[in-house]
Amino acid sequence: MQIYVCIKQVPDTAASITLRGPREFDEALKFVMNPFDEFAVEQALRVKEQTGAGEVVVVTVGRESAESVVRTALAMGADRGILVTADIRLLDSLATGRALYRAIAQDGSPDLIFTGKQSVDSEGMQIPYRLAAAFDMPIVNEVVSFLLANKTVSVEREIGSGMREVIDLALPCIIGATKGLNEPRYTRLPEIMKARSKELKKIDINQLGVAPAAGRLELMELFPEPERGRAMMLQGSVPEMILELTRLLTNKEQIL
Amino acid sequence: MKVGILVETASKQIKKTNLGVITAACQEGAHVLYALMFTGAAENHQEILQSHGVNNIVTISAAGADVDRSPELKARALIGAMKALDLDALLGISSSLGRDLLARIAAELDAPLALDCVGVDVAAGTVVKSQFSGKTLARFKLLGTPFICGLRPNVIPPIPYPVIAAIVPFQVAIEGSRRLQVRSLKKAAADEIDLTEAEIIISAGRPIGSAENFKILKDCAKELGAAVGASRAAVDSGFAPHAMQIGQTGKTVSPKLYIACGISGSVQHFAGMKGSKVIVAINTDPEAPIFSKSNYGIQGDLFAVVPALTEALKKQRSSESYP
Ligand SMILES: Cc1cc2nc3c(=O)[nH]c(=O)nc-3n(C[C@H](O)[C@H](O)[C@H](O)COP(=O)(O)OP(=O)(O)OC[C@H]3O[C@@H](n4cnc5c(N)ncnc54)[C@H](O)[C@@H]3O)c2cc1C
Ligand SMILES: Nc1ncnc2c1ncn2[C@@H]1O[C@H](COP(=O)(O)O)[C@@H](O)[C@H]1O
Repeated sequence: MQIYVCIKQVPDTAASITLRGPREFDEALKFVMNPFDEFAVEQALRVKEQTGAGEVVVVTVGRESAESVVRTALAMGADRGILVTADIRLLDSLATGRALYRAIAQDGSPDLIFTGKQSVDSEGMQIPYRLAAAFDMPIVNEVVSFLLANKTVSVEREIGSGMREVIDLALPCIIGATKGLNEPRYTRLPEIMKARSKELKKIDINQLGVAPAAGRLELMELFPEPERGRAMMLQGSVPEMILELTRLLTNKEQIL
Repeated sequence: MKVGILVETASKQIKKTNLGVITAACQEGAHVLYALMFTGAAENHQEILQSHGVNNIVTISAAGADVDRSPELKARALIGAMKALDLDALLGISSSLGRDLLARIAAELDAPLALDCVGVDVAAGTVVKSQFSGKTLARFKLLGTPFICGLRPNVIPPIPYPVIAAIVPFQVAIEGSRRLQVRSLKKAAADEIDLTEAEIIISAGRPIGSAENFKILKDCAKELGAAVGASRAAVDSGFAPHAMQIGQTGKTVSPKLYIACGISGSVQHFAGMKGSKVIVAINTDPEAPIFSKSNYGIQGDLFAVVPALTEALKKQRSSESYP
């Protein structure tokens, strides 16, 4: 089984984002693997363990520094990595999708591609679909349960109101992982050491024939969200506070 | 411009969240609107759609392909309609269904797509959406036609714009395919209202203490017509299923009212609910971070405050019915 996993380097979810100019932010931050991509790596490793053969290759498009998340995935157990370097942090989804497609297609022939369901920085929610269109493979995103048997993949996806769709897909296919799918494994020191010597291939995005600036989603400006101030604290006994609250929500906010 | 709207129904009714999308698409009558749907009973929806500015109700039927069992084929049928009608843009709700279909369509057409938007200017082709899990906002220009946009539920208040809508049946021939098949639907949890589209949400954190204790929230939710959510700490402690988690690695919600009970207010929790219009926080600790970014705060024990709220709402309702 030839398995590819797309992972992205993103700012730590706890970090605060300081804007620097219209389209830039202060990148002196802690960066981590996109949390949803950890579920993708874990599932890929489990499939390899289940089938007992094949290879798990992690692929990322990012800065040189994105090597760190590739090393993390290698320490989790992936076999090798591909880093497509692009000198731009908030790269357009169409360009990213194309670069991932070309990098994977020139490397091998995938039986399964795992991604996360969304990047927590750009919140594009579309790369797995763009890959699926490029490879002409079926895709299911936001997967919380995955089963592979007899060359058929069976997944579950939450659709709200406590309902799940149970979906069958033929291989090769693309799966977007979300929380609930599995518990990603921790990396231990020996594996982290071993990961340092695993193969990591670097390719410049321009070598893939993808012009990073030729996207179709042009970032015009980043701007801070209007801040909600400190809460107005309600006073008095519990019944008094509740009375005041229902009054405010009914009359002032017109919600109740 | 010719603007398509991917209309969603639930229990054969037009979802209320569609109306804000239609208002955004309409721009006070600047565009010709096409509501795209897969139902024969368009007459039932004509009134509500035309009162908000929809000029055409396109009822799509795809002969030979079971679109209900394949979102892939459904997207293809929609693309067929978009091409035949020569639409310049497609708007929809950023619900779990909408996100999936809009992304399939955009990928297939290699068209620009922005999901989870909080604003859109159709004429200008620009959108506003959150970045970094709600820590900042960004304005994007979508270059090329058609462009595709999914709007967060409830962010745009619907405004009536009465017109007369024509019903346009549309037949499309698509090749069947069995490589992706929805085999069944399965009930995984008992929550009745979809969190992502809920107008009111009440949620609890770690101090709820057990799955059984969620009953006090459910009772209150019943009075409010609300959906029930949870923090990650409550989910990871086994008190609530993943489907109920709100935040960074859970659901992003945008209700009119969000009541956080015993939730500290971590950045990761805010990432999922800061788009709420009004936030009410109930917390025993007056220094809890949640109070620094909420509208109203109640310092108190959720086990006392929530049942008191439930009782007050019950009373309010009974006094309304017997004036
Ligand atoms: C990568 C990553 C992703 C994450 N994703 C999410 C996510 O999606 N969603 C999420 O919620 N978190 C997420 N977190 C976790 C987040 O950082 C917090 O740990 C979590 O939100 C805390 O949950 P809590 O507020 O319920 O619990 P606590 O932090 O334990 O807070 C409990 C609060 O309740 C108050 N309290 C105690 N008893 C009572 C009582 N009887 N009545 C009223 N108030 C009381 C306390 O004063 C306290 O403020 C994520 C973290 C990481 C690193
Ligand atoms: N630059 C990138 N490099 C590798 N994978 C990516 C990149 N951007 C997005 N992805 C993958 O696509 C998923 C969805 O991302 P997005 O469409 O940006 O929300 C992520 O969870 C990753 O698995």
